Amino acid sequence: MTGLRFDLRDPPPGAAALRAEVRAFIAEHEHGWAPEVRARSWMGFDRDFTRAVGARGWIGMCWPTEYGGAERSFLDRNIVLEEMLAAGAPVGAHWIGDRQSGPLILRLGTEAQRQKFLPKITTGDYAFCIGLSEPDSGSDLASLRTRADRVDGGWVLNGRKIWTTFGHLCDWMIALVRTSPAPEGGSRHQGLSQVLVDLKAPGVTIRPIHDLVGEKGFNEITFDDVQLPEDALVGQEGAGWAQATSELAFERSGPDRYMSSHPLLEAGIAALRDDPAAATTLGRQVARLWTLRSMSTAVAGMLQDGADPVRQAALVKDLGNDFEQALPDRMRDVIDTDAMPEEMRRMHAYLTQIVPTFSLRGGTREIMRGIIARELGLR
Amino acid sequence: MGTTIGAELAEQATRALDDAAGVAVLRAVEDGAFPAAAWDALGALGLGVALVPEDRGGAGLGFLDIVPVLEALGRAGAPVPLAESIGAGALLSAAGIEVPDGVLTFAAAGAPVPWGRHATHVALVDGARVALYPAAALRWTHGTNTAREARDIPTPVAPMAEGTMPNAWGAEAAMLVTALLRSAQIAGAMQGALALAVDHANTRKQFGRPIGRFQAVQQQLAVFAAETSAVSVAAAAAARAADRRGLAGAAFEIGCAKVTAGEAAAKGAAIAHQVLAAMGITEEHSLHHLTRRLWSWREEGGTERFWSARLGALVQGTPGPLWTFITDRDEEPAA
Ligand SMILES: Cc1cc2nc3c(=O)[nH]c(=O)nc-3n(C[C@H](O)[C@H](O)[C@H](O)COP(=O)(O)OP(=O)(O)OC[C@H]3O[C@@H](n4cnc5c(N)ncnc54)[C@H](O)[C@@H]3O)c2cc1C
Repeated sequence: MTGLRFDLRDPPPGAAALRAEVRAFIAEHEHGWAPEVRARSWMGFDRDFTRAVGARGWIGMCWPTEYGGAERSFLDRNIVLEEMLAAGAPVGAHWIGDRQSGPLILRLGTEAQRQKFLPKITTGDYAFCIGLSEPDSGSDLASLRTRADRVDGGWVLNGRKIWTTFGHLCDWMIALVRTSPAPEGGSRHQGLSQVLVDLKAPGVTIRPIHDLVGEKGFNEITFDDVQLPEDALVGQEGAGWAQATSELAFERSGPDRYMSSHPLLEAGIAALRDDPAAATTLGRQVARLWTLRSMSTAVAGMLQDGADPVRQAALVKDLGNDFEQALPDRMRDVIDTDAMPEEMRRMHAYLTQIVPTFSLRGGTREIMRGIIARELGLR
Repeated sequence: MGTTIGAELAEQATRALDDAAGVAVLRAVEDGAFPAAAWDALGALGLGVALVPEDRGGAGLGFLDIVPVLEALGRAGAPVPLAESIGAGALLSAAGIEVPDGVLTFAAAGAPVPWGRHATHVALVDGARVALYPAAALRWTHGTNTAREARDIPTPVAPMAEGTMPNAWGAEAAMLVTALLRSAQIAGAMQGALALAVDHANTRKQFGRPIGRFQAVQQQLAVFAAETSAVSVAAAAAARAADRRGLAGAAFEIGCAKVTAGEAAAKGAAIAHQVLAAMGITEEHSLHHLTRRLWSWREEGGTERFWSARLGALVQGTPGPLWTFITDRDEEPAA
């Protein structure tokens, strides 16, 4: 069960100072954040805020300076993420680029791709979205059908992606597509590749899908003979499955998998300071939060060491999702919704509707548990 | 989880436990016997004075170092009072009392003493006062916990030595040490029960295949594994805090770990029994030695309810955001 091993990590040198810097920065910006903005957390898209974060050097901060990074450690980055999530900052415009698209390009991209994309991610000029899910391919991702066929000078893309968060606001997508048929009797995981798609290219149609809160969060994106240049390919042709899987370690590893409801917990404690009857429930949440944070920090440490903590990330995501998902109901256990202060009530209302997504996005609960079960030797 | 020295010690302890302990020993212990052979095998490792400073004749290790040893003990159902001896040694030496040889144990005054009747010496801790007794000098009322481990009530006589705990250990040191030891042992017992459940899932066949091929079973065991990892991380993080800030200063972390351990123990035991079904309910199968300890150990050193109420009151009474409170407790390693 080595895949389930965790080693404690200490904060990096200078952690407190970095934390203080981020807090001061947030204090300058948070006046305008409505309770719904805070509750949305990393599902809030605010390009101006993202540009301000980028100007502070906090996007792509682990990347080499030649690509706009600051060569800080993953543990430093983890501090910035924690602080943003604790405050419910609207970080959605750079979250994906910083978390997974940029690291993918850095690791597997060509020199030209790195120079083209990474600096612009760090400034907030390029926002990325994730092109995995399709109408008929959700958990069973390898069944996807979107195709990129080789043509003179590049590729032509046809097919459809769905549930693309912020596709209508982003500039680029990294899509997992089929570039050659799965071999007869062979693995469906062969013949998949990752490609960079300019969302403003001709043939790309973006249709926002309203979510249950009534907001435009995700999209259906159709590709109709979209011409992709030769260098749209990221990494190796045909190696897309392995690439996308290790990208998921980045996607699933962070504090965003247990802190999505954090501002509500803060509001709950503030509202219930004088209520001894609430102590036990609040204390249980605090204990869980503290444990999850220790686990999540351990995963950040593994990324820093260059390890590939795919299984640990799935495990912390599963535990973390349970926690952040249950928080609105745990708050209801100790205070009636109509007794909540206005700010808290609005966060609570928003989160009650949106928490079901926590154990869907980034791979469902059942898929996470399947990954752990495989590590246990059960599949 | 933990340190290099801790991993090495745990390996030695595991080997000694594999050789000298086992289900037969656990049965004998639950029938009231003292496992002398197992104790001698583990005693030879010199772990009893693990937490005693080197200048007082100990190994000078920290709580984090011994977490893997405690997990190894927990995996084996803690057939010997090694955790109790380690804890007693730590408390005694902290109070400036020379640590005697032999089987040691401790408890907060008034609480049942784990393994009391089997000990050679007992440390009873009343607030910050620590008193050492030869166990034979005490009159014992025998009792057991749900796991049928000895939990005996002594009638105190005059102690052979007395001392006062330093402020860093505080007036609740006995409870805090118990909470820390039991949290780490719970992690171990969960690892042991999980291994039994996974093994059963891979071998027991129904409907023509191993039950572990059924996704409902896989998903349950995945939850069990996740909870097990959580306890292990929590216990280690609490131990690290205790090493750095002293027990009293680490009460928050220890409480968080104990809540996590207690909640996880209940979930893990329930899943293990669901997967092993009727077989796991039998006297003959070894599972119950672990699950009954999980249910018992969560009661000791403060329950989930006890600690949650404390933690909740603490954060309610601390001005400013919870997040600030939590991150203020981070400690950067010295440069
Ligand atoms: C808010 C939100 C944002 C998202 N953003 C993006 C995005 O930006 N880009 C993107 O590509 N995708 C995105 N997704 C899609 C997300 O990745 C999928 O929802 C997820 O992978 C599940 O796919 P599905 O919805 O098709 O459900 P399905 O795969 O159809 O699953 C339905 C149910 O069946 C269960 N199930 C399926 N297969 C199994 C199995 N083998 N064993 C047990 N149970 C199984 C699932 O766990 C689930 O409970 C987003 C989703 C949400 C909710």
